[in-house]
Amino acid sequence: MLVLTAIAVVRMRSLFAIAMLSGVFSLLSALLFVTLDAVDVAFTEAAVGAGISTVLVLGTLALTSRFEKPTKRSPVLPLFVVFVTGAALIYGTLDMPNFGSPEAPAQMHVGPDYLEDSVHEINIPNVVTSILASYRGYDTLGETAVVFTAGIGVLLLLSGLRRRRRDDEEDESEEV
Amino acid sequence: MRHHLILRVITKLLVGAIMLFAFYVQFHGDFSPGGGFQAGVIMAVAFILYGLVFSLHNVQQVFPPWLVHKLVALGVLIYAGTGIVSLFLGYSFLDYGAFTPDHPSHGQHYGIFAVELGVGITVTAVMVAIYYAFAGRPPRLSDEEW
Repeated sequence: MLVLTAIAVVRMRSLFAIAMLSGVFSLLSALLFVTLDAVDVAFTEAAVGAGISTVLVLGTLALTSRFEKPTKRSPVLPLFVVFVTGAALIYGTLDMPNFGSPEAPAQMHVGPDYLEDSVHEINIPNVVTSILASYRGYDTLGETAVVFTAGIGVLLLLSGLRRRRRDDEEDESEEV
Repeated sequence: MRHHLILRVITKLLVGAIMLFAFYVQFHGDFSPGGGFQAGVIMAVAFILYGLVFSLHNVQQVFPPWLVHKLVALGVLIYAGTGIVSLFLGYSFLDYGAFTPDHPSHGQHYGIFAVELGVGITVTAVMVAIYYAFAGRPPRLSDEEW
């Protein structure tokens, strides 16, 4: 299903349909995360990927045009690059431990300590929350700062803040 | 905007439920999937849905842009402030045990609560701010072209 949606996205010219299909793609990958027992990730994917980004893409679409411009270049070289990258990634997964394997590096390092100590140290049933907000508090602070920076960046680029400041300056100069 | 009667009625019904669900995800994140990031996005969706159906002007009266811009920074301040407070209580940065020294796991609850609240506020405000920034520009496509 994921692959079919991706192919449809690539083949289509109507950007509106592509925006909708990428929402579908996000929902499907959220289902994939649910089957992998990563409910928190699935939650985020469904809310951000399928919800907000579709709306934002549609908002951007209203500012540009409705149809993709047909490209004149030959698709052979990009296709080659994609195949080589894909083959390299698949070759890389061969070395990865099996899904749920107890010898996986993720299960050998601090993971077991977190899982064992979380009950009496944090006393919260959802271990994801206790790791995210307490054990890895610094990282989450960093993530929040990233979200903050992203918001500031978009505001600086798109909103009329500069225009307003210039108006204020004009007001001040008039007052002087 | 007097058309789309069904959309408007359903949106009015749904916005409250979406916000309630966002609060549930925010404050029940200790026990069930969810937390600040997800709750913030869901809360922002409530405002964005309202803005999509009833024009940008109406949603900006409910949630004015200056307030959104303040909240973007407030969330990060709450998060970092929680860390600073624990620093001043003589513990490490972001060590929530500081809040109730005789019962550290309670302190963890308070700390996680405050931190998730900060995350939620920032995420909500950033998402709404980005939506305002995009929707606030005059569109080049007219409604008929869709």
